[in-house]
Amino acid sequence: MEWDALLLSRLQFAFTIGFHIIFPAFTIGLASFLAVLEGLWLFTKKPLFKNLYLFWVKIFAISFGMGVVSGIVMSYQFGTNWSVFSAHVGSVIGPLLGYEVLTAFFLEASFLGIMLFGWKRVGPGLHFASTCIVAVGTLISAFWIIAANSWMQTPQGYAFAEDGTMIATSFFEVIFNPSMPARFLHMVIAAYLTTAMVVAGASAFALLRGRALPESRTAIRMAVLMMAIVAPLQVVVGHESGMVAIEHQPAKVAAMEGWWETRADQPTVLFAWPHEPEERNLFELAVPGGGSVVFGNTAEEELRGLDDFPASERPPVGIVFWAFRIMVGMGLIMVTLGAWGAIAWLTKRLDDARLYQRALVLAAPSGFIAVLAGWVAAEVGRQPYVVYGVMRTADAVSPVTAGSVAASLLFFLVAYAIVFSAGALYILRLIAKGPDTEEPPPQDTNEPPGTPMGAGVKEA
Amino acid sequence: MLGLELWLIWAVLIALAVFLYVALDGFDLGVGILFPFARDTRERDQMQAAIAPVWDGNETWLVLGGGGLFAAFPKAYAVLMPALYIPIILMLLALIFRGVAFEFRHHGRGRGKKLWTFAFSAGSAAAAIAQGLILGGFIQGVAVENGAFVGGPFDWLTPFSLLVAASLVAGYALLGACWLVFKTRGELYERARRWTTQLALLTALAMGAVSLGTLGVDPRVTARWGLTMTSIDWPAFIKVAPLPVAAGAICFGLWTRWKGEPLITPYLLAVALFAIGYLGLAVSLWPYIVPFAMTPEEGAAAPNAQALLLYGALPLLPLILAYTGYVYWLFRAKVGEDASYH
Repeated sequence: MEWDALLLSRLQFAFTIGFHIIFPAFTIGLASFLAVLEGLWLFTKKPLFKNLYLFWVKIFAISFGMGVVSGIVMSYQFGTNWSVFSAHVGSVIGPLLGYEVLTAFFLEASFLGIMLFGWKRVGPGLHFASTCIVAVGTLISAFWIIAANSWMQTPQGYAFAEDGTMIATSFFEVIFNPSMPARFLHMVIAAYLTTAMVVAGASAFALLRGRALPESRTAIRMAVLMMAIVAPLQVVVGHESGMVAIEHQPAKVAAMEGWWETRADQPTVLFAWPHEPEERNLFELAVPGGGSVVFGNTAEEELRGLDDFPASERPPVGIVFWAFRIMVGMGLIMVTLGAWGAIAWLTKRLDDARLYQRALVLAAPSGFIAVLAGWVAAEVGRQPYVVYGVMRTADAVSPVTAGSVAASLLFFLVAYAIVFSAGALYILRLIAKGPDTEEPPPQDTNEPPGTPMGAGVKEA
Repeated sequence: MLGLELWLIWAVLIALAVFLYVALDGFDLGVGILFPFARDTRERDQMQAAIAPVWDGNETWLVLGGGGLFAAFPKAYAVLMPALYIPIILMLLALIFRGVAFEFRHHGRGRGKKLWTFAFSAGSAAAAIAQGLILGGFIQGVAVENGAFVGGPFDWLTPFSLLVAASLVAGYALLGACWLVFKTRGELYERARRWTTQLALLTALAMGAVSLGTLGVDPRVTARWGLTMTSIDWPAFIKVAPLPVAAGAICFGLWTRWKGEPLITPYLLAVALFAIGYLGLAVSLWPYIVPFAMTPEEGAAAPNAQALLLYGALPLLPLILAYTGYVYWLFRAKVGEDASYH
């Protein structure tokens, strides 16, 4: 492995987008959660929902800001580090990203201002509308970016121009490419689950400490409801996504599943250490025939293994295999916690279930881990291509020097470490403190909601 | 469409997006640049409160500039971004620090608050410097062969780009000071008045220096303006002469302390000054999207891609301007002197 501009650019892109995705994954769900809370507050007039709204909006403001600034990086990095890719696919996915800015980013940014600072300048109805618009904006943004990324996974509706660059023959086919519907649903559900896990963990923490009891009891129920319904749904959607992948990206699925041979009776590998030089799994623990049943309905179904692809066409097996397992593992934890919570709720033991609440606190980051692992599996699984089957990652890189990229990567590492530590510290501090139950109504102020002024609290 | 070429429409739209970015985020960054000159924490809180509800929307124009360039002129984007790699990364890093500082400043305690106050002002200044280096490197021109960047990592670094960077810091600070005149009251308002006067003079000098420097970057620019070291081509110069004259008049107006109402006037004058500088650049560099190497037509995306995005942009851009205007209208009031009492 050579530390050239290509490898460094790949590391930089992986790091910066991995950092970025944490925040949208959280804020997509949180924006919808806030819209529901504000709607309930307007509808029921219960102060409890207002307290919850004012608590979570502070955390939303911090996360959203971090998402915005790390997102600007992405819109320039295609050009700085992947200029050949940009020049070749700009006419195909460029408009999708343009639409993301026009239909989502401006909407989110402008109405976020009203949401955070517009309390007394607009009526409750318009404020609620602003929260809803921000929530819808986050979903629109997810739609376009998933459409663009899915096209890179399962490209269609394109042709080559005379100069070798790609042009779209049908933008409908480009946008609604085969993997897009399932992947969009998979991502949105992942975002909702990520938020549910954080809300559940924070509420459980408050309950364990005996703080803000009415608020935390309500919030934990909302989170458990989301988990219990949506976590099993995610398993189904994830499976659908896998069915698309095995049709269009069989090498990726083979790597995810750890299948080295093409055969009927493919196993479901529970644990293994994929050994690439010997092209086999070490320490394999597997359910024989499981994979063929899952993907082909019968154990007799022959499914392609990695031996069907030359080594130059395979993704790095170990990373994809393990990232996929981490994602699935987190998903199973969420399914379990959802079921456990639903049972505790139905048997009226949710508020005193100390063990369950401790488990929720521990599992609070599980959504983030699942999202990151899932994206690693998806993106590393697409290798060695940047546009699957069409353009190799190695051919996509910018004519920049390794020194420049090494320096920028180093600075991104340091900067993101500082920003992430501070952001995490401030969010955890807010969570540790819990919702304020005696907050007076919000004041007319331009202060961020995280400040004492913004929250309407005057400190001594 | 209307007999106009798609690439021409897009060149104008992206130029407008970049200009709106400069006019809007310019005052955001300017307020950050002026942070160290505030008297105390209370004043800094007021300064930040004067931009807090709108900075995010302002910065979105930068995303439209980058995203729009990628979508409408991918080949130009693919040349400019690697050519300006280092200043662009510097800009992104600087924007990260000053962006998160809006929230973090209010959550930090003691040392943390000091750190994020510093990050906000240093990040704003660094972003302005980086954008100046980008602009300078852009004006100088980029080495291109077969549609790809072929220069070195430090091609952008010249005395000229450093001059542009310093000038942009002064210009953004002027925009920031004018915005504070509009948004603040009391002592801070008086201070912002003084900053405006001083910065108007500084910006006038800087713009003059950059203009002269621009004349020297390429003979084609010199010819466009009708100015050489030894002679003046009057017919050519007369056509463009209103630009520097108007710029001079605006700087004089700002320098003599515009006292009248409404208080938004100084800011609008400063924006007009930027518009003149921008037009001057357009005169100098037209018809290049990558100076002296690539025209918009050569850098353009396929016509169907440009058309698809245009169908969206034509209704959406006016809508965006409308709700952005509404948000500005909503937050038009001056910031209270006790914007953040603790």
